Amino acid sequence: MSVIQVDNLTKYYGKARGIVDVSFHVDEGEIFGFIGPNGAGKSTTIRLLLSLIYPTSGSATIFGKDCIKYGPELRRDIGYLPSEVFYYDRMKVIDLLKYSASFYDKDCTDRMHELAELMELELNRRIEDLSYGNRKKVGIVQGLLHRPTLLFLDEPTAGLDPLMQRQFFQLIREENRRGVTVFFSSHILGEVQRMCNRVGIIKEGSIIEIADIRTLQQNNYKKVRVATGDPADVEGVAARFDMAGVTNLQQHNGTVRFFYKGDINAVIHRLGELTVSDVTLEEPTLEEIFMHYYE
Amino acid sequence: MTMNIFQQEFKMHTRSVITWSLGLTALILLVVSLFSSFAQDAALLNEMMDNFPEQLLTAFGMTGLDLATILGYFSLAFLFVQIFLALQAANYGFSLVSVEEREWTADFLLTKPVGRTRILTSKLLAALSALAITDIVVWASSFFSVSMWAGDAAYDTSTFLLLMASIVPFQLFFLAVGLVVSLLVKRIRNVTPYAMALGFGMYVLSVFGDMLGESALEKITPFKHFEPNYIIQNGAYDLPLVLISVAVIVLSVVGSYLLYARRDIPSAV
Repeated sequence: MSVIQVDNLTKYYGKARGIVDVSFHVDEGEIFGFIGPNGAGKSTTIRLLLSLIYPTSGSATIFGKDCIKYGPELRRDIGYLPSEVFYYDRMKVIDLLKYSASFYDKDCTDRMHELAELMELELNRRIEDLSYGNRKKVGIVQGLLHRPTLLFLDEPTAGLDPLMQRQFFQLIREENRRGVTVFFSSHILGEVQRMCNRVGIIKEGSIIEIADIRTLQQNNYKKVRVATGDPADVEGVAARFDMAGVTNLQQHNGTVRFFYKGDINAVIHRLGELTVSDVTLEEPTLEEIFMHYYE
Repeated sequence: MTMNIFQQEFKMHTRSVITWSLGLTALILLVVSLFSSFAQDAALLNEMMDNFPEQLLTAFGMTGLDLATILGYFSLAFLFVQIFLALQAANYGFSLVSVEEREWTADFLLTKPVGRTRILTSKLLAALSALAITDIVVWASSFFSVSMWAGDAAYDTSTFLLLMASIVPFQLFFLAVGLVVSLLVKRIRNVTPYAMALGFGMYVLSVFGDMLGESALEKITPFKHFEPNYIIQNGAYDLPLVLISVAVIVLSVVGSYLLYARRDIPSAV
């Protein structure tokens, strides 16, 4: 079953483009990565799904129900971690978390303390005295304390130190193992690559690709690096790989690098005719694929 | 209404309610306590006022005012009380929803499992309670000071009650108009200039209306709809004008609900 189903969703802010004709779906229990540079429409999409803003046209359902009409009811099972976290300043952390918990019909106290401990959050500090990273932790605990079954993460790691980031990812994975569906928006490709099953790539308000992360890496491109025995041969080696399916052919310091798409045997065959000192064949990082989409 | 939002909102109003209430009490006590020394020379003062240019008196809503009576004297002080009440209510109206959007807490609140209508109702009720407390304090200090320092001067209790009751719709006007204006603009960065503009603006309109003898202006401003001088001299409200205020309040509140339900909440980035 699709937890999120988006159909031709379009949002204009006056004349300014938000997103145009966006369609995708997110299945139950998956971690769906939503990537694109700043201003591409990631936050707009999330805000539409949470009915913080209303679409110009198109529609979206969550758990099979219209996300606007059934908004309040749906949000019982949704956790949201916004990219910028600001809270009622004069409040203490614990007061804010209790206020947050008071919106749900269940007792969230245990989970709240558990999460605060995990994220090393001091409960008795005033929110206005907290650093950006610590506010972010407040946001994380606040978004998870009611055990939501659908999570929206909008650039969740900005401001967290690497140790905390790891802790956070572990937490999200655990939630996911319990069956929680995660919608993960980010412009940091490494973390999306580590976390997600599928990704949607958004550019200037439109989805340009939705794919399984492995398909995206495997079926498309191989990254090839060939080190020649003799630096003087570089030109010749590079010339040999000037063939169909090869892109980004570069030579540097006796090494030839390129991306290849197509039957890998063609590359192996040519390699066999050469004398090389070293060869690596690897899957490109998401970042490299991504750059390709944005060229 | 949702109890937790109401409590939270009300808590955020406490400091402001205490400040406004104390300030208004001090003002009322100070001015009324001067009445007895004032009343001794009242004849002289009334005579002096007769010599003032007519325009000046009308500008300050003082025509036909008898400073020798406690109510006449009180209505003069009450004009200042009204200005402060207007500023307080306008401030609450403008900030009701806009504060959340300025500090981005709207994202927090609106992603909780509550509908917008219930959020707005809870916030409105919290603001109304805050205003009600201020009004009760104003009533208490007015009753106290008038009965304390009126001396032997007799006054009409029902007229006094009418004057006191008028501050409720008077504040509602500024609350409701502030709220609907805040929802009509895209974003309010600072509430104070808006509240000042609405509060003082309405006061200035009523002054100009008097001076120019322009009756169209007085139809707009609640300073005219609930003019203390008129209430004291007639022992009644100027009903058609009061109805204009009521209509504006109703339309503004209904409009606010409609606008808020369809509002796009601006994002932080």
